[in-house]
Amino acid sequence: MNELAAVPRSTVPSGCGEFAVLRERGQREVFCGLAGIVWLHRKIQDAFFLIVGSRTCAHLMQSAAGVMIFAEPRFGTAIIEERDLAGTADANAELDRIVARLLERRSDIRLLFLVGSCPSEVIKLDLNRAAERLDHAYTGRGVRVLSYSGSGLETTFTQGEDACLAALVREMPAEAADAPPSLLVVGALADVVEDQFGRLFADLGIGPVRYLPSRHADDLPPVGPSTRVLMAQPFVSDTLRALEQRGAKRLVAPFPFGAEGTTAWLAAAAEAFGVAPERFRTVTALGQERAKRALARYRGELEGKRIFFFPDSQLEIPLARMLARELGMTLTEVGTPYLHRQNLAAELALLPPDVVLSEGQDVESQLDRCRAARPDLVVCGLGLANPLEAEGLTTKWSIELVFSPIHGYEQAGDLAEVFARPLLRRTRLEV
Amino acid sequence: MQLTVWTYEGPPQVGAMRVATAMEGLHYVIHAPQGDSYADLLFTMIERRAKRPPVSYTTFQARDLGTDTAELFQSAARDVYERFQPQALLVGSSCTAELLQDDPCGLAKALNLPIPVVPLDLPSYQRKENWGAAETFYQLVRVLCSPHAPKPAENGSGASRPARPAGVKPRCNLLGPTALGFRHRDDVAEITKLLGELGIEVAVTAPLGACPADIAKLGEADFNVVLYPETAGQAAGWLKRTFGQPFTAVVPIGYGATRDFIAEVAQLAGVDPAPLLAGVRSRLPWYSRSVDSTYLTGKRVFIFADATHAVAAARIATEEFGFTVVGLGTYAREFAREVREAAKRYGIEPLITDDYLEVEAKVAEAHPELVLGTQMERHIAKRLGIPCAVISAPVHVQDFPARYSPQMGFEGTNVIFDTWVHPLMMGLEEHLLTMFRKDSEFHEAPSHLGAGVAPPLAAEVPPAAGSDAVSSAQPAASPAGSVAPPASPASAALIWAPEAEKELHKIPFFVRGKARRNTERYAAERGVSLITVDTLYDAKAHFGR
Repeated sequence: MNELAAVPRSTVPSGCGEFAVLRERGQREVFCGLAGIVWLHRKIQDAFFLIVGSRTCAHLMQSAAGVMIFAEPRFGTAIIEERDLAGTADANAELDRIVARLLERRSDIRLLFLVGSCPSEVIKLDLNRAAERLDHAYTGRGVRVLSYSGSGLETTFTQGEDACLAALVREMPAEAADAPPSLLVVGALADVVEDQFGRLFADLGIGPVRYLPSRHADDLPPVGPSTRVLMAQPFVSDTLRALEQRGAKRLVAPFPFGAEGTTAWLAAAAEAFGVAPERFRTVTALGQERAKRALARYRGELEGKRIFFFPDSQLEIPLARMLARELGMTLTEVGTPYLHRQNLAAELALLPPDVVLSEGQDVESQLDRCRAARPDLVVCGLGLANPLEAEGLTTKWSIELVFSPIHGYEQAGDLAEVFARPLLRRTRLEV
Repeated sequence: MQLTVWTYEGPPQVGAMRVATAMEGLHYVIHAPQGDSYADLLFTMIERRAKRPPVSYTTFQARDLGTDTAELFQSAARDVYERFQPQALLVGSSCTAELLQDDPCGLAKALNLPIPVVPLDLPSYQRKENWGAAETFYQLVRVLCSPHAPKPAENGSGASRPARPAGVKPRCNLLGPTALGFRHRDDVAEITKLLGELGIEVAVTAPLGACPADIAKLGEADFNVVLYPETAGQAAGWLKRTFGQPFTAVVPIGYGATRDFIAEVAQLAGVDPAPLLAGVRSRLPWYSRSVDSTYLTGKRVFIFADATHAVAAARIATEEFGFTVVGLGTYAREFAREVREAAKRYGIEPLITDDYLEVEAKVAEAHPELVLGTQMERHIAKRLGIPCAVISAPVHVQDFPARYSPQMGFEGTNVIFDTWVHPLMMGLEEHLLTMFRKDSEFHEAPSHLGAGVAPPLAAEVPPAAGSDAVSSAQPAASPAGSVAPPASPASAALIWAPEAEKELHKIPFFVRGKARRNTERYAAERGVSLITVDTLYDAKAHFGR
């Protein structure tokens, strides 16, 4: 392929079915897994996320969280100081002291996550053991203590949520082996979206339906051989593996973006629960029709427009599929920080064959490819958006895609609008 | 370890980025894991910069740790040189790389690049952003200027400068402005103009807008103007020792300070300041003396900022607005001494802390009528329902206004007058809305200050008898779990009679808390357990306004 000819040394082409995949190593312009705390702490309403890290971690959280609406949010950083490194203070004793002070101040906390960072990993501070110790100490007070890593050495942005949920899987109660089948939806969704899906599942006669993460820490869903797992987010691979180890069975489906994706996603559940095709059609007809109507409004603005994705959240491939198939956009390069072929099998099958996928990042050479491709719309992080706009490209911040509700029938139009808005703005401005 | 929720300063490498991003022709290679590139967005989003910061991250991952992260650093530095062709390179470690001890300095030197390489040793576990900016600028100046330094004087008394030939205009450098600085862009323009009117040329402004070649020429000017001691103090000290360049001590923020600054630079440059000082070139003096400003008299202000802006604001508040400073503090421990000295002049306890929750508690306790602070205090003030103006970094996108709005020089005084008075006027409007809220026009009084200061509904409900009445009518506390002003210990034993409570609520909300405290203190000291309307007015007579 011609595109590959210009690829620098750091890029290794490799096959993924029929797709060319550029595997890149180099500078990355993505958040580490800590950033997921920004939405996780809103989702799990009685959990506190205590990062054990550096001032950089605290500053990242402050910059990613944007406005300081809450004086005391349910996250914070235990900043490692010189004396912790020099060994004059015992890091575990220091951690115990901070946790004691925190829990004393915040009696509303039922679940405490100790979140590992790059520095805590490099100094080999064992947060698993610290969590076990503290869990034991606070169990009488009704507080559970778990740990996971959000470090940039291990995780890219949304992988932080995956690590958090995987830690929760170990805490989930066992479901009886002979329990009737239950559905577990995995990956944080906006409450409003969860409620919409809940109504659809109820109308389909599918139940019980549970969600991970649950809104409250003491409300963790059970898991066992009767559990059927439906991924709501593409980045929950470790969580899925942990659930499978506990006997759960995965359902293979595309992700619920757009009318087509949502229908196929619901259909995977319906099939597993033996819902009659007629009933499925009746229940989903209205939502499908509404989603298609909402999407049609933006088709004129997006059809034939060329879009380029920088890697960010792992949502890139499902979104690219939806934009290509339901809105007629042309895909140039679709970058993802990590390509999990098995979890994305249903998505990859739906992608147009001429798409270029890239995995990992070498931001400078990717910028070169982007400039050469001159796409109509670039989906990228906040560090790149204004500089690319200044070069005359039109951009969409990828972070909006993880912070706003975009799943399901009722959000399909909103999702299309997210991509149409920057293009529309370009046509309006005369300056 | 230290538990932190919100931070005033980032890590020191962010300070280094502020220097690098301010400059042209310089690139910063930072040994860092994935995720540290978050700092780019501070510049591209908050400051709306149209260019990416000239910063490259090695982006090492867990799997690299077992192998050769040093080689990763070297190849990154080599790629940066080839791609960006900078005039000089800054190299350093982030907090994580510092633990690996890869020695980016030695590694970069070993590459034998044909440009100066400036190594940065920024201890992330001890120091913070402003220190990092000052250290970076100092190292840049030291490395790039040293080759041009004169031989030390024979007598060992430091460098001396030859006298300026007659007919040559005096020249100075402007030191300190960085990227992401609070109004640095406009301060530089204002001070450059002011110096021009004195007949003084600006040779180099640095770091903002300078390239490494400009830095190398710093020693050629007659003296240095230190606009921001936080970032330029250390470099200016070295330039004085090495090139014999004196530097300014006065920061020209405020009317009096600007005049002092003019006198100081005129003396350093050997020019006559009299013509410039003869006219009143600011609207602040008259606006402040005009009768409509009478209501500003004795307003209680709480000031918390970086040291330079905090100390300047305290002088302006006292001498130029007629306010009473009830709180003065800084998050910059390196400059605590300056703030302590200033606090002593105003007879108050200085607040030196970077603990956001402590600042919030102190603001609540001081019951100020105006908060002058950073974006962090703006949030505190909003939750407490107190008017606030932002006077210092840390900054937010609104601190980069499209219009010209310096803090320094005479135009700076005009900007400051407007910026500080505006929230007080809004507060007055708020009071009027509250006062007239029973009129039919004001069924749903809108509030620009947000829900936190919506007219207290509790006041409309006749308070129940007993101690419930006390708690139900506490001054507006925010719903979002914020720190409510701590109730005085005496209040538990005191009961407000319903008429007294009603009378209290006729008092404007922004002084109501003080009236309540004074009354309760008065009652407690006299053993009065039931507060009546008379107790309220007795206390008022006793304490005055």
